[in-house]
Amino acid sequence: MGQTLFDKIWAQHSVKELGDVSLLAIDRILLHERTGGVALRSLRDSGRSVRGVERVFGIMDHVVDTFPGRTDKTVMPTGADFIRTFREECARNGITLFDIGDPRQGIVHVVSPEQGIVQPGVTLIAPDSHTCTQGAIGAMAWGVGSSEAEHALATGVLRVAKPANMRIRVTGALGLGVTVKDLALHILAELSAGGGKGCAIEYCGEAIEALEIEARMTLCNMAAELSAFNAMIAPDDKTIAYLKGRPFAPQGALWDQAEAYWRTLKSDDDAIFDRDVTIDASAVAPMVTWGASPQQASPLNARVPAYEEVAARESRESYQRGLDYMALESGAPLEGIKIDAAFIGSCTNSRISDLRAAAAVLKGRKVAAGVKAICVPGSSQVKLQAEAEGIDKVFADAGFEWRESGCSMCFFAGGESFAPKARVVSSTNRNFENRQGPGTRTHLASPAVVAASAIAGALADPRKL
Amino acid sequence: MSARTPMPLVSGVAAPLVRANIDTDIIIPSREIRSTTKQGLKDGLFAGWRYTDIDARVANPDFVLNQPRYADAKIILGGPNFGCGSSREHAVWALHEYGVRAVIAPSFNAIFYGNCIRNSLAPVTLSEEYIATIAAEIESADTPALEIDLVQSEIRTPSGARFGFSMPDEPREMLVNGFDAIDLTLTHDEAINAHRARDAAARSWVYAR
Repeated sequence: MGQTLFDKIWAQHSVKELGDVSLLAIDRILLHERTGGVALRSLRDSGRSVRGVERVFGIMDHVVDTFPGRTDKTVMPTGADFIRTFREECARNGITLFDIGDPRQGIVHVVSPEQGIVQPGVTLIAPDSHTCTQGAIGAMAWGVGSSEAEHALATGVLRVAKPANMRIRVTGALGLGVTVKDLALHILAELSAGGGKGCAIEYCGEAIEALEIEARMTLCNMAAELSAFNAMIAPDDKTIAYLKGRPFAPQGALWDQAEAYWRTLKSDDDAIFDRDVTIDASAVAPMVTWGASPQQASPLNARVPAYEEVAARESRESYQRGLDYMALESGAPLEGIKIDAAFIGSCTNSRISDLRAAAAVLKGRKVAAGVKAICVPGSSQVKLQAEAEGIDKVFADAGFEWRESGCSMCFFAGGESFAPKARVVSSTNRNFENRQGPGTRTHLASPAVVAASAIAGALADPRKL
Repeated sequence: MSARTPMPLVSGVAAPLVRANIDTDIIIPSREIRSTTKQGLKDGLFAGWRYTDIDARVANPDFVLNQPRYADAKIILGGPNFGCGSSREHAVWALHEYGVRAVIAPSFNAIFYGNCIRNSLAPVTLSEEYIATIAAEIESADTPALEIDLVQSEIRTPSGARFGFSMPDEPREMLVNGFDAIDLTLTHDEAINAHRARDAAARSWVYAR
């Protein structure tokens, strides 16, 4: 019987089977300042040390603020403690750190592929649920808690129960003006926020092959919202071209060996998946969320669904709670809902391709009066690239704030929030209650929809501009 | 090798909070995570639901943990996909600091589940139907308490009803014996080193820096 891609990487890393868990060797550990300092200090307090420090990278993204000219200080009074503790612990342990001011700094899941730290076939963990983003490169990447990060630092392995294999095949092609973010929200609406639970997802099919690497990252990113163990896409020519020449990618003869190995990394034709789902890409429309869970998403040109339309995946209580929190009513048209703010950023949608897509909408236009609009590039590299292309000016001329890189207002990083009960259209991944601010009402959407909505002052379809 | 308190049994007040997709932002909002330690989190637990004015800490009388009969809850009865969203272990640290030692839910997010095991908080999986039955009994019981026997894999209600559950051996042994996972793993040091040597020969580029 054939093996899945996931099975192959699992087997390569399996150190020992211990009943219902295996000891799995971990190739890469990424830490950030919200929990990295806690994990490293806890390790030291227990008299242990980092095993194989060359596999560990530290990145400042979760607490740093994103205002131009930033320092260790943040809006949140204790933010500097997180930053300094993490910096000290990285130095003490000899961990490579991409600090504030380092041109490699940025959101961990944007930086790692950009630097070639993640590679096909590696196991990679970080104490962040969106670590699955990096499965787009063909790596087995998953999020853990900080105790698990500490475990991997101390031992070089994790005790993991093997998840089931789930294949999501996406057939056909996305329509004109429809993006991978819309596909991700469409899949969430189809499968629900628990739809990937217990599963390692492999995305495949012609629509996936057609996606560029950055778009694949957006799709794998939102597997966290499916509660999946992780998500992966088998490496192909695009993956290999993407990695070539990246700072931490293999060089010379090692590159040739690596490439030969990477080309073997795919599911066998006769591999058996525990679950198989097919999604028709041509049925996907620009999407937006209307509730307080990412599964509460609908086509932008539709109305807030009646309960009966979503009863298959919602309890009446959670449906009603979502609508009440968002101050929306069943049957209201989604397009035209007035917004107070627009946000482009996060590990989901802040790469150069995302900023280009938003800039194409913003060029020559102005953000509607009264709308607070912010763009936070996914990494310092993305920011520099955008500035080289003049994209920063497009954003600024339209009325967007142009920031330094970090997780930012996806969730109060640095202590910054939107105003109480503000209605925000956001290129991020979570529309949870209070996530972007006290009572903040988040509508998740693609960067193009966020840009179009910022201009209209209301949820708007970029295809109509 | 026992770094934590062994926990064969959880016994105490159970609070029904049976909602789907309770995420870790709800359990502990980012703005409540203010220090670089694992402490100081209990007042921020469920802050968005627990207070009508979060900054002034004005209690919301409708929230279950603010009702006197559930104030000392040791057990939470939850809905499906409990602990979804952010990997923040602060969610488990906050629950534990508040006094919670078990969550009973139809399903859990995997990262949250792992965080529970590493912090002596029992994640017990039980069907939605049984949880509804237990919640109904708890709501009308004189004392809304449950016993969760992790050795016998059994929940006992005030009326004497028993509900069996299943938990894989690894997490059960961690909780019941209070094992430290790192210590356990380090007993396999030889196998870890041997694997690393073999793998470094096969995939040398992964180890080059």
